[in-house]
Amino acid sequence: MSLILRSVTLTYPDGDRRLTALDAVDLHVPAGTVTAVVGPSGSGKSSLLAVAATLVRPDSGEVLVGETPVHGMDRRALAALRRRSIGIVFQQPNLLPALTAAEQLRVMAHLDGRRGTADLLAEVGMAELAHRRPHQLSGGQRQRVNIARALVNRPRVLLVDEPTSALDHARGAAIVDLITSTTRAHGVATVLVTHDRAHLAGVDQVVDLVDGRVRSR
Amino acid sequence: MFVAWRELWFARGRFGLLVGVVLLITVLVGLLSGLTAGLAGRNTSAVVGLGGDHVVFSGVDGVFGGTGLDEGVARAWAGTAGVERAERLGVSLGRAEAGGRSAGVAVFAVPSGSALRGVEPGQVVVSAGAADELGVKDGQRVTIGDVESTARLSTSDEYFSHAPVVWTHLPADARFSVLILSTSDCDIAKADAAIGTSTESTSDAVDRIGSFAAENGSLVLMRGFLFAISALVVGAFFTVWTIQRSGDIAVLKALGASTGYLLRDALGQAAVLLLIGTALGTGLAATIGAALGDAVPFVLDLATLLVPAAVLVGLGLVGAALAIRRVTAVDPLTALGSAR
Ligand SMILES: Nc1ncnc2c1ncn2[C@@H]1O[C@H](COP(=O)(O)OP(=O)(O)OP(=O)(O)O)[C@@H](O)[C@H]1O
Ligand SMILES: [Mg+2]
Repeated sequence: MSLILRSVTLTYPDGDRRLTALDAVDLHVPAGTVTAVVGPSGSGKSSLLAVAATLVRPDSGEVLVGETPVHGMDRRALAALRRRSIGIVFQQPNLLPALTAAEQLRVMAHLDGRRGTADLLAEVGMAELAHRRPHQLSGGQRQRVNIARALVNRPRVLLVDEPTSALDHARGAAIVDLITSTTRAHGVATVLVTHDRAHLAGVDQVVDLVDGRVRSR
Repeated sequence: MFVAWRELWFARGRFGLLVGVVLLITVLVGLLSGLTAGLAGRNTSAVVGLGGDHVVFSGVDGVFGGTGLDEGVARAWAGTAGVERAERLGVSLGRAEAGGRSAGVAVFAVPSGSALRGVEPGQVVVSAGAADELGVKDGQRVTIGDVESTARLSTSDEYFSHAPVVWTHLPADARFSVLILSTSDCDIAKADAAIGTSTESTSDAVDRIGSFAAENGSLVLMRGFLFAISALVVGAFFTVWTIQRSGDIAVLKALGASTGYLLRDALGQAAVLLLIGTALGTGLAATIGAALGDAVPFVLDLATLLVPAAVLVGLGLVGAALAIRRVTAVDPLTALGSAR
């Protein structure tokens, strides 16, 4: 179960011309591995993540989530695919203010019409704080809940957008370690966008993005 | 409603304010409805209680009162096909005096043998309200205008144009105000044209009671405004609320919530608030109405309490739905990145 992008091109309207954010990007992220995407600001990292998350349709090219081509799915089918197969860890934890840590996880199953558990909180070391709401948690703790939430529906693909930008270096490293270990434990295909090259030690593949083009190394 | 219930509790201060507003508007609407029905009863109960289905007036601007009709008209209507009964009725407002007390009354005059009410010459039938105001007992003398008659108390409680009704005798050849018709399958318009009268169904005829038309019109208008205000307030609240939580909505959409799920969640939230607000408001209005007792004419029944409450909930849901519609427009893409 992997994530595959084949020759994905994405443009945004820019005045009377179009701005090319992604230029024929190829990416293969095997299950159980972490691919880090690095690059300067404006190079297209968030755009790449948005395409992989099915939040924007590319102008051309193909996205396969665990062998399923995304092309041609309607909005409902895309929402269902996001619920079941894609986990997203946002840059800001983006937790819902009214929900406790445990409920942030349980709502994910509820979106899919099932009863959910919050067992995964233990895996990210948050079992003790399960009853707290986001405003009662530190930035790092919120990010842990964020990761557990992304994994709770057992997705095939995990997309992580600059998870450490709100954290100090030590906490940031701990979060990247957590992402790496859960990727291996759950066998998901993980894309990790980061600007912090110090976090690249444990990842399986690093992709450099410059002006919307991939430079592998 | 997983998220909606938790938001209700989490933001209970804000939601409490909305419930309070809905509650107060419901109380106002409930009291106004009870009062409208009560005042309508004080204006029209005598006419509605006459039992006929149509009222014949002397002309298009004929009213209850006056002496616009005569024996000939009564006979013409009685002889019309489809008219089962045409009862003569004289209506006037006057003062009644008894034992040193006096009161404004509506005088309903009927001939001997009328199906509307049995009144013998020299007798006055006093309705409960009038007896109360005059303090008369059975057999006591009552003076109406300059005619003195013997009171016979009636248990019925009828009002016309805010005055309690007394029934007097209408001499056989006297002119009168209206005819009360009981019909089946009668061509009213044709008969009107032939006889030169103007006939209305009983429910339309009450609009020709001047005090009723004016009062009822303004009360109904006030209630209409309250309905509109309530829908607007609920709509405005949910507009602001939906904008406030559009970031959360974007996150939920990015996580895979369908738009239908989010709409149901939000509309369910609005319904819970409206139901709590109107239920409390209706309860309070009923309590106040009961406490008012006989001090003011106030009708406390299902029609005056539950119908306006149902309209408030319905209109509130429409207002909320229009506001909540913007959930569909929220772009899940905004959940990515730091632009929140
Ligand atoms: N919605 C949009 N409409 C138009 N242009 C956009 C839009 N989103 C991004 N862009 C442009 O596309 C390019 C790539 O943007 P993107 O957000 O993917 O960069 P990034 O690598 O994530 O940058 P950063 O590191 O600053 O977050 C940029 O030039 C940006 O201005
Ligand atoms: Mg970015």
